[in-house]
Amino acid sequence: MTAAGQSQRKSSGRAGRTIVADRVATAVLWGLGAFVLLLLGGIIVHFVLASIGFMSLSFVFGDPSESALGGVGPLLFNSVYMLVLAMLIAVPLGILAGIYMSEYAGDNRVTDSIRFAEEAISSVPSIVVGLFGLIAFVNLTHWGFTAMGGALALTLFNLPLMARLCEQALRAVPADERSASLALGATKWQTIRHVVLPLAIPGIVTGIILTAGRVFGEAAALLFTAGISTPTGYNFANLNIFDHNSPWSPFRPATTLSVYIWKTNSEGLGSFVQQIGDGASALLLATVLIFNVGARFLGRILTRRLTAA
Amino acid sequence: MTTTTREDAPLLDAIDPAAATLPPRIVVAGAEAPTAPAATGTPKVDAENVSIYYGAKLAVRDVTLHVPERSILALIGPSGSGKSTFLRCFNRMNDLIPGARVTGQVRLDGEALMDADVSVVELRRRVGMVFQRPNPFPMSIYDNVAYGPRRRGASNRVEMDELVERSLTRAALWNEVKDDIHKKSGLSLSGGQQQRLCIARVLATEPEVILMDEPASALDPISTLRVEELMRELRETYTIIIVTHNMQQAARVSDRTAFFNMGEDRAGYLVELDDTRTLFTNPKNQLTEDYVSGRFG
Repeated sequence: MTAAGQSQRKSSGRAGRTIVADRVATAVLWGLGAFVLLLLGGIIVHFVLASIGFMSLSFVFGDPSESALGGVGPLLFNSVYMLVLAMLIAVPLGILAGIYMSEYAGDNRVTDSIRFAEEAISSVPSIVVGLFGLIAFVNLTHWGFTAMGGALALTLFNLPLMARLCEQALRAVPADERSASLALGATKWQTIRHVVLPLAIPGIVTGIILTAGRVFGEAAALLFTAGISTPTGYNFANLNIFDHNSPWSPFRPATTLSVYIWKTNSEGLGSFVQQIGDGASALLLATVLIFNVGARFLGRILTRRLTAA
Repeated sequence: MTTTTREDAPLLDAIDPAAATLPPRIVVAGAEAPTAPAATGTPKVDAENVSIYYGAKLAVRDVTLHVPERSILALIGPSGSGKSTFLRCFNRMNDLIPGARVTGQVRLDGEALMDADVSVVELRRRVGMVFQRPNPFPMSIYDNVAYGPRRRGASNRVEMDELVERSLTRAALWNEVKDDIHKKSGLSLSGGQQQRLCIARVLATEPEVILMDEPASALDPISTLRVEELMRELRETYTIIIVTHNMQQAARVSDRTAFFNMGEDRAGYLVELDDTRTLFTNPKNQLTEDYVSGRFG
C-alpha cells in the first residue's frame, strides 16, 4: 500500500470518528435536554394530579381553617402583594443602578469590587438575610412583622441581582447601535433612552422574572420579617393603606404561600397538611407561569412603545 | 484630553469664511498638482498636523490635508494605516474610545473642532457618518430616518413625513420601500438596502459633510454599485470623505485620493495625496505606486 493510500485511509478513519463523536454529542445533549424537560413536566403533572381532587375556588380564595381543608386565599394574596412591593423597590432601583454601572461607572478596581459584591450578596443564604432582616427591619424599626420588612429583606438580595442582570443586559447591546445613535448627534442620554434601553428590555425582563421567582419561592428570609401568623378574614374593602388592619397596608404581618407551606409541614398539625402543600404548590407554579408570560408580554409592548417615538 | 495649537484658534474665529481659505498643506512635496480641479475649491474640512494616540501608542502620525467643498476624498491604504482612525477625528468619534487622544488641528469651515467648548452633538449633526457594517436601529424604516431630527426636537408630522420621503428618495431607497415604511423594520431590509437606509438616516439630519467608513465592504457587487452611484449624486451637495480598501472604488467615485501607509513604528501616516487620476496613473511616491499597482497591501 502506498503512503498516499495509507494517509487517505487514516484520514477517512478520523472522519469516521468525528462523525461518531458528533452523533454521540448530539444524542447526549438531546437526552439531557429531554431529561430536564421531563423533570419539569413531572413536577407540574405531579402537583396538578395531586391537587385536582380538591382544587376549587374556595381553596384558591377561601380562608385557612384548622378543622376543615379551608383555603389559601389570604396567603396567595400576600404572595402577590409581597411580589409587587418587593418589585416596586427592586426594579426601578435595579434598572437605574444597572444603567449607571453599565453606561457611566466605567471599568476600574472600584466598580469591579462593586460587581463582585453584587454577586456575593445576591447569593447569601436566605436564612442569614432573614435574621439580618429581623434585626434591621423588625426590631430596630419597631415595626414588628410587616410586609414592608419582608420586602426589604428580599430587596437585600434582589436588588444586587437585579442591578447585575440589568447591567449585563445593557452591556450586551451592540456598540454598532450606540455609535450609530451618537454619530447622528444624539446625546448620551438620548442614546440610552431610545436605543440601548429598548434593546436591553428582553434581558431586563429576564432579570425581573428571575428576581420575581425568588420572591415567590422565598420562605426563610420571610419567616422572621413578614411573620408566620395565619391570616384570615381580610377585608379588601378597607382601602386605607395606613390602617394596619387593611390587607393593602404594607405595615401588617404578611405570611406568604411559600411560608405557609413550610409552616403547615413543619408544624404538622391538622389532617390536611398534604393537601394544603400540594394545592399551594400547584397554585405557586400557576402564579409563576402567569407572571412570567405576563412579564414577557409587557416587555414586548414596552419595547415597541420605546422604539416607536 | 485634546492638545491643539491654541494661538491660531481666536485668529481663525475673526477671519471671514472666504478669507479662511487655507493654503494647501500637503506633506508630500508636489503632491498637490496645480491642475487638480478640486484643489481650488474652498476647504470644507481640514486637518493640520493631526496625530492620534491610543494611550501611549501612536496610531496616526502628523497628517495634514484638506477637503474642498462638494468633493469626494478617498482614503486608501493597507490595514493598520490609520485611515478609519483618522476619519473619526472629523466627527470626534475617537472621543468614545477610552485613552484616545488627538493632537493638532481639525477644522470645519475653518473652525477648530477639537476644542473643549465645541458641542460634539452639534458637530455630529453637521458631520454625518456611515459605518462599515449597516447598523439600522431595530425600528421601522420611518423611525430610523426620523431618529436624528427627532432627537433634535423635530415633531411636526407633515414636515417629518416630507423629510423622511426626501431623505429616502435621495438615498435611492424610496421606491423600494415606500409602501411599508411604517410596517417594516429597518432590519428586515437586505444588506444593500440597510446601508442606503443608514445613508438616508444621515441625510435626514441635513449634514454638510458625510464620512463613510468602508460603506460597501459588507455589500454584494450590485449593492456596492448602487451605493457608489449614490455617492456620485450626493457629491453635488455634500463634502464626502470615504475610507475604502477597494482601490477600484476609490478610482471610480473620488475626486482626490489620499494614500495612507503604516510606518515602521506601526503608526499610520499620509504618504501622498493627489487628484485621483494622477495618484492612480502617475504617483509621485514609489510606495504609492507599489500599492496602487497591487504589489503590497
